[in-house]
Amino acid sequence: MIKAEQKPFEEILEYLAPYNKILLSGCGACVTVCHAGGEKDGALLASALRMARQNIGKPLEILESTPARQCEPEFALELSDTIGLVQAVLSVSCGVGVQTLTRHFPTTQIYPGVNTTFLGETVEHGVWEERCQACGNCILEKTAGVCPIARCAKQLLNGPCGGSSNGKCEIKRETDCAWQLIYDRSKSLGQLHRLTEIIPAKQWGVQSRDSGPRRIAREDLKV
Amino acid sequence: MGRADEKQPEIQGEPMSPFEPKIVAFCCEQSGVPAAEMAKTLKLKMPNHLELVPVPCSGRIETLYLLKALEGGADGVVVFACHEENCRYLQGNVRLKSRVGYAKQIMGKIGLEQERLEIFHLATNSGVKFAEFLIQKADQLEQLGPNPGKIA
Repeated sequence: MIKAEQKPFEEILEYLAPYNKILLSGCGACVTVCHAGGEKDGALLASALRMARQNIGKPLEILESTPARQCEPEFALELSDTIGLVQAVLSVSCGVGVQTLTRHFPTTQIYPGVNTTFLGETVEHGVWEERCQACGNCILEKTAGVCPIARCAKQLLNGPCGGSSNGKCEIKRETDCAWQLIYDRSKSLGQLHRLTEIIPAKQWGVQSRDSGPRRIAREDLKV
Repeated sequence: MGRADEKQPEIQGEPMSPFEPKIVAFCCEQSGVPAAEMAKTLKLKMPNHLELVPVPCSGRIETLYLLKALEGGADGVVVFACHEENCRYLQGNVRLKSRVGYAKQIMGKIGLEQERLEIFHLATNSGVKFAEFLIQKADQLEQLGPNPGKIA
């Protein structure tokens, strides 16, 4: 899922300085799971913002709403009536949700309340780690289910760099070496021979973000 | 320990409007609630503006509850929880500690004094400590003045 972190409080206060009535829009999907912008996290941020503004003598009225998925127009449009009542929107959904509101509410200022950070997994309660970079051409079948694009600092496709020690990355000592993980898992699966296959260079300019924003179109699903 | 029915001194002339802090006290049902009942039975002196909120375990308290109490008019928030390693649900008071820590971080950003939020660990038979702590907290809050972030 998409992982995000709330933006620094002072930065959000700065965005909202010109306003006295806003909507804080959360999202019931990914940012709820990583506790950055769900209903509860939104309520907590709203409470803190109201008190901070009260404290400086400039009260801020905040309406709160959390569509099930802010990145889906059907849910985002539920905000239509509320948006008509406010001067601006603080969206604590990911960057996709912010842009869904931007597209559908062209005359309303939408501010991001979180930094969208990565596609990741919950490794323990309160800890998330990056697992996918949405490169557009998955090679997990060749790397024993461990992604060297997302998890190797150098994004190496054919074995380790030689800088790791004791299974840890030389760039970030607390991070597991992706190629150590790939080797260990291949060994436990009895598939070490697969590591002799050469993985060709990725076509970054074709399948990934390097050639601009990507689009998926399914003719059978269009209405 | 003073009694709740002690008459407060009155000053002649101008009617006094002293600041009496409002305290919201979350009480774990395994410790804070019995202690509060004991304090009440013993008729111990307690702050005038006190709202007790019973919770099944201090681990039930979310960071949002603490901020909402402050936003909703409390000058101070206290959580009466069981002693550490004595939680009926094992980790409840440990979780509370993390959440109170997080709430204090947020309070720092808002510009609220951290003394406005505190955990007090106690046992079921700590009625006297319960009342004494609340009186001390009320005195401390009186010195701090009204919560500048409350919206009432």
